[in-house]
Amino acid sequence: MKQHLLDEIAIIAYRDFLKFLKDKSRIIATFIFPVVFIGVLGNSLQSNLGKGVGFNLILFTFTGVLAQTLFQSSSSGIISLIEDRENDFSQEIFVSPISRYTIILGKVVGESLVALAQAIGIITFGLIIRLPISFGQLISIIPALILACITGAAFGVILLSNLSSQRSANQIFPFIFFPQIFLSGVFVPIRSLPWYLAILARISPLTYVVDFVRGIFYHSDPSLTQVTLFPLWLDLLVISGMLFIFIIAGTVMFTRNERNR
Amino acid sequence: MDNNVIVVENLKKSYKKADKNAVDGVSFQVKKGELFAFLGPNGAGKTTTISILTTTLAKTSGKVFINKMELDKNQSAIRSKIGIIFQNPSLDPNLTGEENIRFHSVLYGLYSFSPMYRFMSEDYKKKVANLAKLVGLETDIFQPTKKYSGGMKRKLEIIRSMMHSPEILFLDEPTVGLDPESRRNLWEYLEGIRKETGVTMFLTTHYLDEAEDAEHICIINKGKLVADGTPDEIKSSVTGEFIIMKTVPEKMKELQTEIERTGVRYEEENNLFKLYISGGEQAQDIIRNIKVKLTFLDMKRITLEDAYLKIIKEELLT
Repeated sequence: MKQHLLDEIAIIAYRDFLKFLKDKSRIIATFIFPVVFIGVLGNSLQSNLGKGVGFNLILFTFTGVLAQTLFQSSSSGIISLIEDRENDFSQEIFVSPISRYTIILGKVVGESLVALAQAIGIITFGLIIRLPISFGQLISIIPALILACITGAAFGVILLSNLSSQRSANQIFPFIFFPQIFLSGVFVPIRSLPWYLAILARISPLTYVVDFVRGIFYHSDPSLTQVTLFPLWLDLLVISGMLFIFIIAGTVMFTRNERNR
Repeated sequence: MDNNVIVVENLKKSYKKADKNAVDGVSFQVKKGELFAFLGPNGAGKTTTISILTTTLAKTSGKVFINKMELDKNQSAIRSKIGIIFQNPSLDPNLTGEENIRFHSVLYGLYSFSPMYRFMSEDYKKKVANLAKLVGLETDIFQPTKKYSGGMKRKLEIIRSMMHSPEILFLDEPTVGLDPESRRNLWEYLEGIRKETGVTMFLTTHYLDEAEDAEHICIINKGKLVADGTPDEIKSSVTGEFIIMKTVPEKMKELQTEIERTGVRYEEENNLFKLYISGGEQAQDIIRNIKVKLTFLDMKRITLEDAYLKIIKEELLT
């Protein structure tokens, strides 16, 4: 039975990954945004504000964009289940005898793999523009990046369970992701926000993901306290809690909505 | 009950925000090994019923047993016993035919996952080869399915749905969009599979000639069942057979008197008499009593399509 479960998760994930590899325009699009964000935004921030903040803003933006890209990529990948179930292959998945949790789990693994493939591209870009990244930092950041993907996917599951069609997904997506990108400190530190934005920043899942990735990356760096908001354990606690709730509640709601139309 | 693989009792479904029931108290049974045709106009409730029977949609009320298992309590077990050919193609165009089948086989727990065909078990390879041969896809099975024609896609879906040897195969308008030759081909393959495996087939279609071969037909309209029986029973419940006869215009009145004398129910349309009869013997009696010289005589069996249209039309009037 256990072997079956792994097989089922593996094949659903495998298909997602294969689909990504065969979709050239998606591959190109996923690299363009990070490159523009890091290259343009990071550089101009660094030359204007870099001296004032006292740490390398390009590197700061790089770590933020890395976490954000993984989070967003796996979220939107999960949401593709809506489109799928309307017109193609997923009908086939939904009538197979596997549990709904397995479907979601397979999707989470698959979309996380897709997102990690993008991480390789972004890190390569970072190395090419000679960001000060050490080998130790690269290795230690891997588990954090995996966690960013899985959390993004879990966030996708909870969104998925509340959306009825691809159209509503497309409409709501910018509202959910754009504010989060700015509020979660991807580009600039968010230590001094007005109270109402600070509240929003603290309920945004991406804030903790970005902070956690930075916490690991800057672990033995003297600027650690300047670039992060919370201690690592707190980030991890919040992320674990979100993961648990999003996946369980999301799957239950998704399955119920799916059948009770 | 013993021989029935599908039992539906007073099934109802009302969609959220809909004021009418999409399926409104439907009851029927399907016997093991039967070719069962579920007919009805667009929006009658066919796809809703199929979605409920295949566990992808929750019913509002009523009871459903698939393979003697109650629907709500045994969804996973039921899913492993049924195969479905969807109205819309459900193949992954990025994958090859074989990869689509492999995906299905792993999901149904038949074989272990492997990213490569050559690492799959011999048993799997043999089964795929046999099924591919049965539908004539031996050479194309390793091509991406986006290169397939409509007919080939359908055939691949049939192979795929037969991989886990289902007891019931649901076919939701399987031949829609296919040219006549592919349609005929597909039916030959389906018949072959039915003979070989004894699988029960639950068919919905708009092509009434496809349902002529069914052993059991139900017609649904506006969410309610309006006919249930064999094709012959359904046809005879409408009219059965009829004779058409014609004579020269000046003899029409005389012919009409003779027809009336036989007591048979008839209609006159465009100088043509249509006499409704119950069988060949009655036809002979009638002909024997007609003395007027005829210019045209024909006897016709009502087709399922005639009966179907008539049933649906009568329902519209009531």
